[in-house]
Amino acid sequence: MPRLPPRTAAPCHNPRVLLTITLTKPPATDLGYLLHKSPDRVHSRELAFGQAHVFYPEATAERCTAALLLDIDPVGLARGRHQGSSLEPYVNDRPYVASSFMSVAIGQVFGSAMGGRSTGRPELVDELLPFEVCLPALPSRGGENLIRRLFEPLGYAVTTEAHPLAESFADWGNSPYYSVTLTANVKLSDLLSHLYVLIPVLDEKKHYWVTEDEIAKLLRHGEGWLPAHPDREFIANRYLARQGSLTREALRQLTADEEPDPDEVEAERDAEEAAVEKPMRLSDERVGAVMAALRASGAARVLDLGCGEGRLISEMVTDRTFTEIVGMDVSARSLEIAARRLHADRMNERQRARLKLIQGSLTYRDARLAGYDAAVLMEVIEHLEPGRLPALERVVFEFAKPATVVVTTPNAEFNVRFESLPEGRFRHRDHRFEWTRDEFAAWSDGVAAKFGYEVRRLPIGPLDPVVGSATQMAVFER
Amino acid sequence: MKIELPDMSLVVLIGTTGSGKSTFARQHFLPTEVLSSDFFRGLVADDENDQAATTPAFDALHYVAGKRLAAGRLTVIDATNVNLDARKPLVALARQYHVLPVAIVLDIPEKVCEERNSSRPDRQGLGHVLGRQRTALRRSLHGLGREGFRHVWTVTLEDLDSVEITRAPLWTNRKDLHGPFDIIGDVHGCGDELEALLAQLGYVAAERRDGFGLDAGPTYRHPDGRMVVFVGDLVDRGPRILDCVRIARNMLEAGSGLAVMGNHEQKLVRALGGRNVQITHGLADSLAEVEAIPEDVRPAVRTELKNWLDERRSHYVLDDGKLVVAHAGLKAEMHGRGSREVREFALYGDTTGETDEFGLPVRYNWAAEYRGAPTVVYGHTPVPEPEWLNRTINVDTGCVFGGKLTALRYPEKELVSVPALRTYYEPARPFLPPEDQAPKLSAQQVNDDVLDLADVAGKHFIDTRLGGRVAVSEEHAAAAIEVMSRFAVDPRWLVYLPPTMSPSETSNEPGLLEHPTEAFAYFRSNGVGRVVIEQKHMGSRAVVIVCRDKAAATRRFGVSDGSFGICFTRTGRRFFEDHELETAFLKRIQSALTAAGTWDELASDWVVMDAELMPWSAKAQELIRSQYAPVGVAAKVSLAAVVDALKTAAARGVATPALAAHMEARQEMAGLYVDAYQRYTWAVGSLADLKLAPFHLLASEGHVHSDRDHVWHMGTLARICKQDEGLLLATPYRVVDVTDPEAVAEGVAWWLELTGGGGEGMVVKPFDFAPSRKSGRPVQPAIKCRGAEYLRIIYGPEYTLPENLERLRSRHLAGKRGLAAREFALGIEGLDRFVRNEPLRRVHECAFAVLALESEPVDPRL
Repeated sequence: MPRLPPRTAAPCHNPRVLLTITLTKPPATDLGYLLHKSPDRVHSRELAFGQAHVFYPEATAERCTAALLLDIDPVGLARGRHQGSSLEPYVNDRPYVASSFMSVAIGQVFGSAMGGRSTGRPELVDELLPFEVCLPALPSRGGENLIRRLFEPLGYAVTTEAHPLAESFADWGNSPYYSVTLTANVKLSDLLSHLYVLIPVLDEKKHYWVTEDEIAKLLRHGEGWLPAHPDREFIANRYLARQGSLTREALRQLTADEEPDPDEVEAERDAEEAAVEKPMRLSDERVGAVMAALRASGAARVLDLGCGEGRLISEMVTDRTFTEIVGMDVSARSLEIAARRLHADRMNERQRARLKLIQGSLTYRDARLAGYDAAVLMEVIEHLEPGRLPALERVVFEFAKPATVVVTTPNAEFNVRFESLPEGRFRHRDHRFEWTRDEFAAWSDGVAAKFGYEVRRLPIGPLDPVVGSATQMAVFER
Repeated sequence: MKIELPDMSLVVLIGTTGSGKSTFARQHFLPTEVLSSDFFRGLVADDENDQAATTPAFDALHYVAGKRLAAGRLTVIDATNVNLDARKPLVALARQYHVLPVAIVLDIPEKVCEERNSSRPDRQGLGHVLGRQRTALRRSLHGLGREGFRHVWTVTLEDLDSVEITRAPLWTNRKDLHGPFDIIGDVHGCGDELEALLAQLGYVAAERRDGFGLDAGPTYRHPDGRMVVFVGDLVDRGPRILDCVRIARNMLEAGSGLAVMGNHEQKLVRALGGRNVQITHGLADSLAEVEAIPEDVRPAVRTELKNWLDERRSHYVLDDGKLVVAHAGLKAEMHGRGSREVREFALYGDTTGETDEFGLPVRYNWAAEYRGAPTVVYGHTPVPEPEWLNRTINVDTGCVFGGKLTALRYPEKELVSVPALRTYYEPARPFLPPEDQAPKLSAQQVNDDVLDLADVAGKHFIDTRLGGRVAVSEEHAAAAIEVMSRFAVDPRWLVYLPPTMSPSETSNEPGLLEHPTEAFAYFRSNGVGRVVIEQKHMGSRAVVIVCRDKAAATRRFGVSDGSFGICFTRTGRRFFEDHELETAFLKRIQSALTAAGTWDELASDWVVMDAELMPWSAKAQELIRSQYAPVGVAAKVSLAAVVDALKTAAARGVATPALAAHMEARQEMAGLYVDAYQRYTWAVGSLADLKLAPFHLLASEGHVHSDRDHVWHMGTLARICKQDEGLLLATPYRVVDVTDPEAVAEGVAWWLELTGGGGEGMVVKPFDFAPSRKSGRPVQPAIKCRGAEYLRIIYGPEYTLPENLERLRSRHLAGKRGLAAREFALGIEGLDRFVRNEPLRRVHECAFAVLALESEPVDPRL
């Protein structure tokens, strides 16, 4: 880990992030009283992550514009000057875009105004005034549409301008940043609260860890408008739910020069798949079918190989016929989530002896897997390169050798029935293949013959007369 | 009184309280060799005399004893041990670890014990206890042998002062012999073939004696002092059984041979001893030869034969423990040890108790699980061809069944064999498979089809030739398991992963973080006189393996999916998702290698190359789109607005003009940043858009080219690149004498030229690929010096602002350099092992460890 650099009071003046608020009704210079900042000079203030400056590019009776400039120190950000650890890359959009840093600055620099206090013009505080807000670089994970969805219900007229990612690579499309102008007749305190809450919601990244008092903040700043907002749940979820993953720094490190954090990517892809399959409640039916196969086999000691976040295990633990349950996954992060969901930390000794979560891989032979009654591979095999399947077959059917093996996998033929799935795409972007019924039959028959198992195949989910069921299941018995 | 103890034994002292066991133990053994029950009572209960703590104390004592015995250390149990119940677990413990249990009884009169006890305050009132112990001891004395003690020594009061204890190595321990050896498989009376093989191996027959005794016939010796080791089964089945025994016996006497016992010898000994054994499996042939000896000498020869065969050992540990010979093989934990189980294993192998369709015992394949360091050579089960598997080899090629008689030359590891003159004995099970069933993969490759998690998971250590012992922590291994399983290519291809590379020390030149001066100085101060400087390409690191054809890929890498090569990233991912593009890419390189004559030049049908594959965007496009490009857009858009606002404010006279002025410079930096990342970014539609710049020709058949200097690598690769300049890029390089200021200046000038045009910079390497260093830290295999513009991609658009640059100058290279050195050593070690045809797990653990080390958090900008 790089050691912290000495804390120097960096006298930099490199403001890069901008928010302008313009009052367009005479006497417009009242804006200075409302914001508690005189239009005639530059106001600077030290914040935890850099500096904030307020100045007025124009201040006439007709139009008065206050500019809030943020100077976020990029080197400090990357070197962990403010957080004690280096979580941010040097190549970082944070110093240039409106983000949660902007919200913090609004709260600290315009705190009184946001609280609805003005000593100079108390009578204006509750008046609806014509304001114009400009955000030259507002990130929106959700596109232009989301900006409109969030601001228009609050009475703003919204104009946006998109920016291409790279002029020389037209096929890359647009960047996530928009130059946004908002106009409305609104109380200044409300305007500031809207920005305070909605900027981080659009950006979907927070520079600090989300803690309990965030809920209080959201309630305070959303007072009077959030409960009536048609997207209030979405806003609350995004405002509160995005938590950084502390745990998987090692994994991120490994893939840093190829793609973004694989855990984040994986979580996104899982969500995509769930969205594709959701209308059918397929995931519930899958668990049901697997449980039925396990109960029919009479298995008491079972392996859930590729248990992920513990969806199936949470079902198994409720059934006392399973005396020993082992969940294995290759992802340490998934296991952490599974442990949390199953409240593994609160189990007593007897419960701990019944349920184990272990990290392991299906491409390595593993002595810990020997001697169980049944193994489940629910939606697992399709995450493996086809070339690595023979290794999995030997690990499961030759070395672990449980009496029963239950395998489920998507039926590729059924994909045409998913409305939201583009043609030719897999349900999950980490899928390395998706098989037709014939392909799955050929594979499962081959495995059964090679390793001395009997196999039967069953449909899961709605059965379509032409393309079959959404998911296919094979039950191997030795 | 002289007591001789085997050096690998569990010594159980037996004697009543007060008999002086502890004193005896102190006199004759190291303090650490003695485990005393009193001491363990103290450990678990803070009181050496707390009898209530006896059970946990013995648990702990047995546990510690087990650890010592597992490590092969002589261990002495100092407890009364007068009861069978106390001795039984100790005998079992000795058996478990295959060491000999030895009893030393201190037979001291009750009266003497009583006197000694009365002088110790903590041993008062033990009169009745002593009486009971004395009775128990008396009862035990005669049965100790039956209980399993291999030696029982009884020491009386009179002997006590004269006891002298010596330690002797086990008979199986012949680590003092260093050969070289010729290890010969099952002979089974094939005298003609044995003589032919000995002649072929260079042994010379002399001192021919007549008669029927075992000393008859010639004595073979090797002019270079080589030694034969017979793996056993000299007897039964074949036509000249006694001749074969005589040859072995005479060589043994002359010191030119050794023989371990085979199961056929053991059975013959029993038959000759008059025991009732079934006359099957060729035993009749041996007995017939004995019967054919003239009656007058027959009984003497018979006895001589029986005794000689009976004296053969279960196995030998030779050559400082590096070589083990046993008839049917031997598990690592049994090497050099003695127990009935060891003998059974060595003679009969690991049998499961089942029989196959030919009525022969089903053998458990112990060699598949062998993880020991010593080479194990064995016989017993005939095979068509000897094959290495996990450092073991079976050299029984079924001569008597019409196969051949084979010897393994050690340490050369060459096989020499002579074909059988005819089939002397029909095997119960056909051991020569029909030609068309000949396996395409070697036994090792078949075995390596699936690797074992236990070989890579958890904390472990890897010994490397270049970097000594490298440790991998449990958490790093866990991260590597995930990446390996989810993303990495087939481990059979993954014979190498490249090391990370450290930058030069931070430069103090104004406006620069890196400059070649520091890199040259680094090598100079580490004793390296000449360096090679190579242009650094900005792409993605790629390992490229290409075979001459698919057959070579199968033979050497054990893949059977029709592939003939691969290209993967520094974390072991397949470079190309598009299979056709990969095949076309590899085909072009294959053609270039063929056109350049590289296959013949290297006498190899495969090569492993370290390279840079361009463009950067070919692999990193997602990252560029999600991180690099957005920062460029955001900076440009945002700064334009800021400049605007400041200009308007400055016109009003409220903003400082200096602020507005600085903005122009910053806007320019944002532009330079965009130029910098886009320089390495272009769309890849087909092969024509790719460039590969190989810089290390790492390995080919029989060679890891870490012994060649970089000029050889550059030159050889340049000749290959010349064959296909559309795809392959020869890397420009120079040699610099770092002790010559002029040469250094020229090197710097070249760097300025490369980076002036926005180039990434250069890599400085010691002239020799792996310079040796006796002491201190290992020399870095390479140091990078990156150009100022390129570094904008690393440190952000505005890193060149003086206040930013000043802070960035404090960089900590030690961690990165330590990693680079360890990963380099691991990479070369993996290739060394691959080239030596070691088991895949041994190769894989090196690549795995590189991946694990890469998960260590170091500043990724270095």
